This record gives sequence, C-alpha cells and structure tokens, in this order.
Amino acid sequence: MSVNSFNKEDPGTAFELKADSFTLPFLRLLSTDADSVAKQLAEKFSQAPDFFRNTPVVIDMKVVADGENRVELAWLAGLLRSYGMIPVGIRGGNEAHNESAAALKLSVLSEGRARKTVTKKPPVDLSDATTKSTDSVLRETTVITRPVRSGQRVYAAGGDLVIVASVGSGAELIADGNIHVYGTLRGRALAGVGGNRECRIFCNNLQAELVSVAGTYRVSENLDATMGGKPVHIYLDNNSLKIDAI
Amino acid sequence: MKGHRSAVIDFDVGLRNLDLIMGCERRVVYDFVNVINGEANLNQALIRDKRSDNLYVLPASQTRDKHALTQEGVGRVLEELSEDFEYVICDSPAGIEHGATMAMYFADDAIVVTNPEVSSVRDSDRMLGILASKSRRAENNEEPIKEYLLLSRYSPERVKEGEMLHVEDVKEILALQLLGVVPESKAVLTASNSGVPVILDKEGDAGKAYMDVVERYLGEDLPHRFIEIQKKKLFGRLFGR
Ligand SMILES: Nc1ncnc2c1ncn2[C@@H]1O[C@H](COP(=O)(O)OP(=O)(O)OP(=O)(O)O)[C@@H](O)[C@H]1O
Ligand SMILES: [Mg+2]
Repeated sequence: MSVNSFNKEDPGTAFELKADSFTLPFLRLLSTDADSVAKQLAEKFSQAPDFFRNTPVVIDMKVVADGENRVELAWLAGLLRSYGMIPVGIRGGNEAHNESAAALKLSVLSEGRARKTVTKKPPVDLSDATTKSTDSVLRETTVITRPVRSGQRVYAAGGDLVIVASVGSGAELIADGNIHVYGTLRGRALAGVGGNRECRIFCNNLQAELVSVAGTYRVSENLDATMGGKPVHIYLDNNSLKIDAI
Repeated sequence: MKGHRSAVIDFDVGLRNLDLIMGCERRVVYDFVNVINGEANLNQALIRDKRSDNLYVLPASQTRDKHALTQEGVGRVLEELSEDFEYVICDSPAGIEHGATMAMYFADDAIVVTNPEVSSVRDSDRMLGILASKSRRAENNEEPIKEYLLLSRYSPERVKEGEMLHVEDVKEILALQLLGVVPESKAVLTASNSGVPVILDKEGDAGKAYMDVVERYLGEDLPHRFIEIQKKKLFGRLFGR
C-alpha cells in the first residue's frame, strides 16, 4: 500500500468553518498603573491559580480608553501569559489600542451580546449605593440543571452560580458572586473570585474537596467533619471561613 | 436475542478484542478502518454472528493507529449502518482519548459501565461530562444523549465488608438511571475465554443480569436483582464456601 493512500480524502473536506458562541472571562482594566495591575493580578493568581491555567481571556479597555496614560498592551498580554492565561483579544479600546492589538496578533472584539442566562435585576434597595461599586452592571445568574461532572468547570462571570443538581469530585465551580448547589457538592467551589468578600456558598450536602470565598479557602482535610453530608452555608467572618449548618 | 437487527462496532483500534469475546476472530477479513478508508464496503466487513441471525460485528483494526478513525468517516459508516440496523452499538475503549470520543460523538443513548470502586465511578463521571459537552447532540444544541448506568462486577459480600461502593452510593454519585447490576462471576471470564457471550448462559447470575439489562433498556420495568447477599444453599453452608 502506498503511503499516499492513507490520506486520500478530498482536500476540500479537511475542515469545516463554523460559528459558535463562547463565554469568556474578561479582565476590565480600571487603572493604567502597571504596578497596581501587576500587584492585583498576583493576588488573584494566588487565590485561584487553577482558574488561570490555560484560560482564554479578553482585555476590556473601555474604562481606560479615554485616559491620558497609555496602556502597554504588550506588557499586559505578557503578564497574563506568565500566569498561564491565554489573551485572545481586546475590546472597548481606542484606535491606538486596536492597532497595538493587531500588532500583537490579538483580535479586536465588539461588545458581547446578551447571553442566554437568567438575568436578575439589582436589588431595589440601594442603601449601599454609597459604596462605590464597580459592578453596577447587570448581575447575571447562571443556572445549571444537569450534574456538573468530574473535569468540568463552570464559571459564572459577574454573578451567581446556581446548580440544581450535584457536583462531582474533580469538578470546579467558579463564580464572581454566590454559589448555590441544591445537590451534593463533591468538587470545588470558589465564590467571590472577583474579590467580593460578602459572597457565600450554599449547598445541600457538603462533601467538597475545596471551598473558597474571595480567595480564603479550605481543603476537605480541614473541613469540619461534623458538617460533612449536611446542608450548610459558608461565608467569610473576619478573614476566616465559617461553615454553618442551615 | 430479542429479534432486533443489531450491529456492534469495536472502537478500540489497536486493541481489538470484541471479536474474541464474540467468538468470531477467525472470520475477520476486513475491519472498521478498512471501511472508513473505502478499502472495503460494509457488507464485506460485517461478520454475522453464528448464534444470532440478527447480530453483526464490525471488528476493530489491530494494526492501525486510532487516528485512522476520522469523525467524518465514522459518521459516514454509522449513517450507512443505521439504514440497515435498528441498533448500532459502539463499544468504546476505556479512557477519554480519541477512540472513546469517536465512539460517543454520534450517540443517541449511552450506557456507562462502571465498577463499584471510587476510581471507576470518578472516571465514569468524567466520561459523562464529556458526553454532555462534546457530542454531536451537544454541539448542535439538540436533546442531550440519554445516559444509563450499568454496574458490573458487583459483590454484595464485599460491599458489606466496606471494600466496594454500595449500588445506592454509585447511583447517588452519578445521578443516572440504573440499567442493571451484574454480579462478579467466574462465568464472565469463562465466557470471554471461550468466545461465547455470557448472556447466552441462561442459568448463571451474570447471564440473567445481562438479559435484565437488555429488557430494561427496551423499556421493561423489572426489579433489580443480585444486589443482596445470597443465602448459601445447605451444602454450601455445611462445606464452607
Ligand atoms: N461480572 C464480572 N465478573 C467477573 N469478571 C468480570 C465481570 N465483568 C468483567 N469481568 C472481567 O474483567 C475484565 C475486563 O472486562 P471487559 O473487557 O468487559 O472490560 P472493558 O471495560 O471493556 O475493558 P476495556 O476498557 O479494555 O475495553 C475481563 O477479564 C472480564 O472477564
Ligand atoms: Mg472493552
């Protein structure tokens, strides 16, 4: 048999080009100060190193686009890569940003469209309107009704994550907001990864491998054994993770 | 055995053994990869089972690399088979590599076979995750693959000793419909060594368990068996195990 006969497919059917939509995390730059960006990123990384590994990320320049100071995109992309992330594009940048993105082989993306998630209006009570909130944008809730299996990772960007099923060991839940699991939580749950210390984790049956709120975490070895198998909520109380029975 | 025209495809390219278990290894001329590459047509490659007129086997290739299974090629062969067969059964290799992803990509239903061990259950959970996200149905946003659980090598005695997971634990962890529990049985090894599928052993527990599995899959509502410790018969008790 000749070597060629191994690949006698029509070259016209070697691939299909199709469109699909993906949910990507984005990093919204709020400052052009390199040092503070680097510092915050280092903190974030130490909170959830797994989250960064091989994760594609979009850089959102909207807030800094009109500023005086230039943002060194090349530097920022390099920094993200050094943490294992894969910068894939920018959005909301000015013309200079878009040009340097092109030079860096990053794509220039337009604003995202509304996703197919349940949208929750911000609470009517605006008593905390004084606390300057960077996420006064829509808080979205992501609802998952099928089991989250080992090896799957769900990230609820900018809002809460609700799982109406169980979460297998080796599965990972990540949310900028709260995490609710109405089945058994066997995998990992990281709430408030954006740094919101008010976030909580609720689950019907705690058998987690790791739980974390705003970077303060506890692994299963250090979980109170008396709480195992019980419905609990988990929250931060003065820098330490509290686990209470519901 | 229920009279449905069925074909079984071995997706374990390189580690062909389905034909051994089915006892048709000496009749293999062409294999799955030959058909995908157009070197043989399906009629030439399909081997009719000696015992059941409605059952055909498409053996895996012993010599090729698993990447010979292209998605387009597998899809084409499955399409052609589905015109002629009521059920096309894809025997997936273990693991989450190419052969397994090809076997499940076009599936409508999936039967996940697991042993009552933590590691096996965890692997199944991972496999189910892939089923839920990387299949054709998932990519086209169609109704998801129907998933069933088959628990094999179950030994109520060892469950009692705490050496195995209980069937209820496995069900709870995987959250799937249980199609059946096959007890640990020497008959399975004997059957595969002699090339006679164990389901043909109508007297043995394993054979009965597999028959139940088939009937439940076809929609029958049967109580589960072989999950309690069997009382030994009088002689068994008198003369030890
Ligand atoms: N119920 C049972 N009782 C005793 N032995 C069993 C039972 N089921 C399977 N075995 C044995 O376990 C071994 C593996 O079985 P089998 O080939 O069905 O597994 P498999 O998951 O298909 O493996 P692979 O992943 O390699 O395809 C065989 O030697 C078989 O005899
Ligand atoms: Mg096998």
